[in-house]
Amino acid sequence: MKQFFSFFKKEVYHITRDKLTLSIMLSLPVVLLLVLGYAISTDIKNVPFVVLDETKSILSLQLVEKLSQNKYFELAGYLHSSSEIESHFQKGDTKLALVIPSSFNSDMLLSEAAIQVIVDASNPNEASTIANYAQLMIQQYMQTQARGQAPLAPIRTEVKMLYNPQMESTYNMVPGIIGLLMILICALMTSVSVVREKEMGTMEILLSSPLRPTTIIIAKALPYLIVGLIDNVLVIALAHFVLGVPIAGNLFLVFFLAFLFTFCALALGLLISTITDTQRSAMIASGAGLMLPTMLMSGIIFPISSMPDILQWISCINPARWFVAAIRDVMIRGVGLVEIWEELLILLGMTVFLIALSIRKFKNRL
Amino acid sequence: MKAIEVKGLTKRFGQFTAVDQITFEVEQGEIFGFLGANGAGKTTAMRMLCGLLNPTSGYGKVAGFDIYKNTNDIKRNIGYMSQKFSLYEDLTATENFELFGGIYGLSRKEIKSKTEKVFADLGLQAQRKLLVKSLPLGIKQKVSFAVSTFHSPKIVFLDEPTGGVDPMARRTFWEMIYAAAEHGITSFVTTHYMDEAEYCNRISIMVDGQIRALDTPSNLKREFQSESMEEVFHALARQAKRSGE
Repeated sequence: MKQFFSFFKKEVYHITRDKLTLSIMLSLPVVLLLVLGYAISTDIKNVPFVVLDETKSILSLQLVEKLSQNKYFELAGYLHSSSEIESHFQKGDTKLALVIPSSFNSDMLLSEAAIQVIVDASNPNEASTIANYAQLMIQQYMQTQARGQAPLAPIRTEVKMLYNPQMESTYNMVPGIIGLLMILICALMTSVSVVREKEMGTMEILLSSPLRPTTIIIAKALPYLIVGLIDNVLVIALAHFVLGVPIAGNLFLVFFLAFLFTFCALALGLLISTITDTQRSAMIASGAGLMLPTMLMSGIIFPISSMPDILQWISCINPARWFVAAIRDVMIRGVGLVEIWEELLILLGMTVFLIALSIRKFKNRL
Repeated sequence: MKAIEVKGLTKRFGQFTAVDQITFEVEQGEIFGFLGANGAGKTTAMRMLCGLLNPTSGYGKVAGFDIYKNTNDIKRNIGYMSQKFSLYEDLTATENFELFGGIYGLSRKEIKSKTEKVFADLGLQAQRKLLVKSLPLGIKQKVSFAVSTFHSPKIVFLDEPTGGVDPMARRTFWEMIYAAAEHGITSFVTTHYMDEAEYCNRISIMVDGQIRALDTPSNLKREFQSESMEEVFHALARQAKRSGE
């Protein structure tokens, strides 16, 4: 234990004396989140919209008026047939189309009326804001109507997202940022810090001392684990309190998943440190071998389901894929343990396997 | 008890025999020079003695412990200094001592008193709070040796400990080795400087994984009818079939 603490203390010196790296490791989550926070502009203004009014009634006119009489939306014109919707979207002169069916008027007096809201979702963040605002306006209209006369039937809005039906948005990016950060800090930093000992020749000294290889591994990984866990908490707190990202699911489960992936990243970093001999090659291996797949093959940026089959298969061996899928479901969709047990089990299995493999490889290098 | 006792020690990597049936003994407190051209198998032999590598066959005892079974006991009783004077550059000399003292399980009090003594012996009081990276090479080398002998090992393995430093610093370094020998610490040194070979009590010369010569420097010179160790070394190294590195 004394050995361990002496060694751990030294690792803490390494990290705290390298002020630049330490400040990067701690400020990166903030920077990443803020950059993304600015990238999503939640303000919409004078968004042009078109209307396909098939009933041409007072009610529908009032509704359109309600929508165009505020700073968020601007009526760009009426359409004559549904085939025109697509061409307007293609030209880009509208972002929102309202389809009021011919039965709207009668439905509204009888039971429930439906309106279709079609949104150009090629910019997903904007699209979700537009859809939310439009729905809100429609609800408000309905309420003012209800106050005036005999209560009318509720209006049901059907939102249809064009071009990006999955709505990959910033909310969905937060889990991805956690994944990336963990790969960066736990995998890259750990592998570089172990390989540095090889490069400097201090590893030989450590190995010829009574220190056990497992002690060396744990003492080297622990400080980065701590930094990683701090970053996890930082990202989730910032995302929630500053950017207002909802955490729909169990917070404990969210952290559990994040911590599990942190261990997984750590094991990957140790594995890289056993197969590389210079800091540079360790950096390249974690950059190209881990960062890229984590970014491109995990569903953070491109949805897995839209990849070619072969890439989908390959992405199955990427731990980040399972992590991103699971934590997204918990954070955004708010599901529980029961729904993500498959992802969790795969991630857990991979982590245990990677830790065992890296410790084994580390010992064999002696 | 001999400090090191080796019989027929062999290490093969696949078809390649890096160390071929070496046999020798080192007395306690002796300064033993372990010479050989690059690629002769010195490092492999040394790694086996330090418990870092399992031999393929042969018998060996270091500090009285079996090199197959008791590598942990061996590691507790040896010191190791590499040619890179491997210290932690972003730690001060004092912190390096604290680290290695801790690794070898010395108490805080022991570490403190030993550190004082080392700084006094080396005359480095002024540098104790400086980061190692800001120290000149010659001083780093001294500190590195002090680190490798900090826990008073029975044997210290020095792998080309004087590479890259000036003759003056090499001279004072050898004085440190002698001082350690007086305290009963056995030194096992590899070097490429033949003038240093003369400082050793006995030397062995490895060629192609085998020990081809083993005696005191003066006996070797007589045997090979040479004026200097340089000539002895060349006479043997010329027989090598393996190329270095």
